[in-house]
Amino acid sequence: MRNPSVPSYATLLLVLSWAGAPPAVAHAFLDHAAPRVGSTVSQAPSELALSFTQNLEPAFSSVEVFDEKGVKVDKGDVQVDPNDGALLRVSLNPLPPGTYKVVWHVVSVDTHPTEGDFTFQVAP
Amino acid sequence: MHPSAFRRAIPALRPHHRLAWQSAFSCVCSVFFCLRTEAILLTCASVLVVGADAAAHGFAGQRFFPATLVTDDPFVADEMSLPTITLVPNPASDGSPSTVEYDVSVDISKRITTNLDIEISSTWQNIKTTGPGNSSVTGFANLDVGSKYLLLVNAPHEFLLSVGVDAEIGGTGSSSLGVDHFSTISPGLFFGKGLGDLPRNLPLLRPFAVTGVLSMDFPTQNKTTSDSGDVEWNPHVLGTGLAIEYSIPYLQASVMDLGIPKPFNRMIPLVEFNFQTPVDRGQRGLTTGIICPGIIWSTTYFQIGFEALIPANPRTGHNVGAIGQLHFYLDDMFPHTIGKPLFGGR
Repeated sequence: MRNPSVPSYATLLLVLSWAGAPPAVAHAFLDHAAPRVGSTVSQAPSELALSFTQNLEPAFSSVEVFDEKGVKVDKGDVQVDPNDGALLRVSLNPLPPGTYKVVWHVVSVDTHPTEGDFTFQVAP
Repeated sequence: MHPSAFRRAIPALRPHHRLAWQSAFSCVCSVFFCLRTEAILLTCASVLVVGADAAAHGFAGQRFFPATLVTDDPFVADEMSLPTITLVPNPASDGSPSTVEYDVSVDISKRITTNLDIEISSTWQNIKTTGPGNSSVTGFANLDVGSKYLLLVNAPHEFLLSVGVDAEIGGTGSSSLGVDHFSTISPGLFFGKGLGDLPRNLPLLRPFAVTGVLSMDFPTQNKTTSDSGDVEWNPHVLGTGLAIEYSIPYLQASVMDLGIPKPFNRMIPLVEFNFQTPVDRGQRGLTTGIICPGIIWSTTYFQIGFEALIPANPRTGHNVGAIGQLHFYLDDMFPHTIGKPLFGGR
């Protein structure tokens, strides 16, 4: 068929593309964080929470928090929330005023990896 | 794929030519219609510049690059643009009637390995004469195929580099469009760079990113002789493309969360530039190009983009066109089947 009509051509491709599609999953992007990305908080948080756009693979998802000298200030108890597979939590040591860097690496449940970092500040 | 591909500057046709523009658009899109003059010849060569490059979305570290619409980008991915629609109005001039050109393209990119893909692109075209004696020409442009290899990814500096080659296969399009019967091979060098590694005291600049391409067209025939004996030279053409993007998602997730609500938090404003410069055969330096401001909205499984197509100089044309594209991230939609490389895992 040399010149199928455009509608039929497009429809055919779409049907072929969607046929047999498994439940879709995808790259996990950071949707929001607490403390918020780039924010300044007046009270030192006791926990960092990262909410992603996709559910995470707990065994391959991590987050670390560092102070301005590069010293790790989280407690290392990273976990995916049992009630929300897209929420990653880690407890924090008491944070004095300063700037803190969050570094995360996650893998969505379909094994797509993503990574990122950001800072937040604790006000004096 | 994004680009889906188009990356061709719409070469400008002069007033006495039947088309004021040639689509700069989709991979395959070329408008080889009423080929007669050197300007048309220029167009033909230009249109091949980046051939079938289906533009891709991709990552470098924490930087997500969307698939650009008019310039090819440096990624290797499983993706599909369907459809890409372009509209170019051409005013009447020098006795030629005004026309409106519609292009509908599909671009598909499939990874063979993690760093190597193949790309194919096809464009359906409709050119309507809007003046007295209305007429319409419809058909497919020549088929474009290509391949790209991702050479380098530097995650901390959000940098990528790749090489690729495209081929417009002569004679595969509809004769009603007057497609070229010779092929054009177009090797290219592609890059992407995010500015996320700028100092933290420049927060509002960090969401910026650029992607670009440098390519050269090598036609397989140096000239074409028409039935009437007219000779048209087919020059080598240097293609340059650049896309400047500002990523709202990057701003929100990596710099500062301004609380921008949906759907605006997934938007990426951008400006693309696409230029074609013949380098020999009597057309040296006759650059044509387009400037394309627009916006891409990217979500988990697909993106939607719209851009204006503004001629960069009088040689390119005088009318503003438009392009719109729906682009699917097949690797996200079908990660276990058609969305993964044929060899070598994810």
